[in-house]
Parts: sequence; C-alpha cells; structure tokens
Amino acid sequence: MNTISASIVTPNGTVYEGNVHMISVRATGGDMGILPNHIPIVAPLKISAVKLKSEGIDEYVAVSGGFVEVRRGSVVTILTEAAERKEDIDVERAQLAKEKAQQRLAELNEKTAEYQEAQKELQRAENRLHVASL
Amino acid sequence: MASLRDLKARINSTKNTRKITNAMQMVSAAKLNRAQLQAQAYQSYTNKLREVVSNIATANKGSIRHPMLQSRPVKKTAYIAFTAERGLAGAYNSNVLKRVNKMVSERHNSSDEYTIIALGRMGLNSFRNREMPIASEKIGLPDQPTFDDVKDIAKLAVGMFERQEIDELHLVYNHFNSAISQEVRDMKLLPLGEVEAAGEAATYEYEPDAEEVLETLLPLYAEGLIFGTLLDAKAAEHAARMTAMQSSTDNASELIDKYTLQYNRARQAAITQEISEIVGGAAALQ
Repeated sequence: MNTISASIVTPNGTVYEGNVHMISVRATGGDMGILPNHIPIVAPLKISAVKLKSEGIDEYVAVSGGFVEVRRGSVVTILTEAAERKEDIDVERAQLAKEKAQQRLAELNEKTAEYQEAQKELQRAENRLHVASL
Repeated sequence: MASLRDLKARINSTKNTRKITNAMQMVSAAKLNRAQLQAQAYQSYTNKLREVVSNIATANKGSIRHPMLQSRPVKKTAYIAFTAERGLAGAYNSNVLKRVNKMVSERHNSSDEYTIIALGRMGLNSFRNREMPIASEKIGLPDQPTFDDVKDIAKLAVGMFERQEIDELHLVYNHFNSAISQEVRDMKLLPLGEVEAAGEAATYEYEPDAEEVLETLLPLYAEGLIFGTLLDAKAAEHAARMTAMQSSTDNASELIDKYTLQYNRARQAAITQEISEIVGGAAALQ
C-alpha cells in the first residue's frame, strides 16, 4: 500500500518523522485530508490537532499554526513554531497556561495586541489539552 | 626583589586562577558542543522554510506584493544586537557593540532615526550608558535557548516592521566560523528582498491563495531567522569564551613558570648567602 513520508519540523528540531497512510490537518480554509499522491500544495494551518493515520494506529500532534507543504512523491512536511505529540504533552503545564491566559484576558483591554496574543495563548493551551484527551 | 613568601603566595594564587579558567574552558567546550547540535536541528527547519518561500517568490515573480518584501523610504531603522550575559569571552561583546556604534554613527544624525533591541546584559548596559534609544530588551537568555525564549522579541521586531514603526531591521551578531574563529556580521533582515532559490522550483497549489500563504509564511520565516541568528551567536559566544579561557590558562601557566624560576633563584640566593655568612663567621673566629 502507498504511504506518505511525513515530518513535522519546528525550530527546536523534528517532532515527528515516519511513514503514514493518511494525514488530516485543519487548514485556515477548512479541514484537509492528505492521501498518497496528493497534488503539491501549500496551506497555512490553524492552531489545531494533526492526525497521522497509519495501519491501525492514529497518532495526534498538537501544532500551533504554521503550514503544511505537500510535495510530489507523497512527501508531506508540516512547519510550525511549536508542536507536541500527544504522549509528550504535559497536561498540568497546559492547564496552568490556560488559566494564566484566561487571567490575562480578563485584565486586558480587548483592542490591544496583548489581548490578541493572550487569546492565541489560550487557544494553544486549549488545543494541547484537547489533543491530550484524544 | 620580592621575598620568598610573596613569591610563594603569588604562585599559589595564579594556580587557583588557572584552575578556574581551565574549568570555564571545559564548560564552554561542552556548551559549544550542545549549541552546535541545536543549530543542526534548527537548520532543517530554516532550510525547509527558505525553500518554500523562495519557491513561492520565484513561481510568482513580479505578481506578489507583500509589505515584508518591499523596501520603502527609510525613516527609522531598528538594530538587534546579540550580546552575551557576561564578559570573559575575549572581544565577543565589544566587537558587536563597536559595529552597532559604527553603523549608528555613520547612518544616523539623530537618535530619532534608529532604535535598538538589546539581547544580552552586556549590550543592554552599554547602550544604556550611552543613552541610546532602546525599543526592547531581553536579558537572561539561557545557554541553550529554545524558540519560546525569543518568540516575543522576534514577534515584536517583525510586528514593528509590519506596523511601519520601523522601515528596516538589521541584526548584528557574531557568526560562528569554527571553534577558533568568529566574525562580526550585520544582516539586513527586513525587508526580506530577494530570497535566493534553493533547488528546483516546484509548482504548488496554494490554499486559499498565494498571498494568504505568504501572509503566514513570511513572519514565520523572519522570526525563524532571528532565532537562527541567536543560535549562531550563542555558538560563537561559547567558542569565543573557550578560546579566551584557553589563552588565560596558557598565560597563567607561563606566569607560574616565571614565578617558580624567580622563587628558586631567590631560594638559592638565600642559601648561598647563609653559607657565605657561616664561612665568614668561621673564618673570623680563627
């Protein structure tokens, strides 16, 4: 059976590398399922979960934005600032980050850049918690 | 001439210094190793990013308009100065500071025309002393920085450019050539200008379109480059500190040799004097 060679790369190193049968990502334009021999495409991602499906096993990786690049020959690379595999997520830390972000949101003015930053921070923490619970 | 006791004390204190510099050298060597590994891990990320960015840029030549790619009249320039947390690294910090001061004095007439983002305590203190405008600062960066450590400063710098608060962004840092050679470099990060093509240009579909992809890609690219520069500067810092400590260890050894020679001579002179005193005393008795 055809497989996709997938890798998830962050500035701190490669988080995931392996052959999978299907990848599903949440792009800014909507959900995308990538199967082998997909046409070359580049799409920005939302703060979301990436699902890597291979025989019988589903693996999940939390990504904070970035983008997915599909190349000829079933090579998929996801580049993002931060990514964590489901099993590496520190639930306690994510919970703390979530509370901190909520606290900041309550204090800040809605129109400032910091407010948006805090909102993103909250999304990231919630995403990590969501992925950890999958 | 110094007394025997003075010389002995000096030898001992130099030996203690040598122990410390020797230990610092070994610590820096270990840190340099790790910094190089980290730079390698980062390399695959930045190469990928550059590939995609240059692909999009070359595939859509001329048709892409993005503020981060276009130069505009320069009213205000920002400099990011990468310095260390402390000295004891030879000319590492002063090289960067000298370059920044040179660039500023050559290119700007008043302090309204530029601003500085200081990374590292040494740089921050120097710029404060000179009363230069500091837009932001980051001190206490760890020896093995992660992307999270610089994310805020990188976002701030790129954001300032996007909001047109600055029209150019320069990075000034020490580039790591090898364990024994580092050089100061300045790099114009923004506007990005030409991104050199790497490998063959693949044709992509863009989802939803090329412009929106660039919108997320370019800030990511610029922020990534700032992080990459920090890793480079850190590797150079450890290398510079290693070389500096190596040469102070060598100097200490040389000093110890010199003092030991002096000490032995002084001891010999004292013995000779004592013998001649005894001989003289005995001769006087006869």
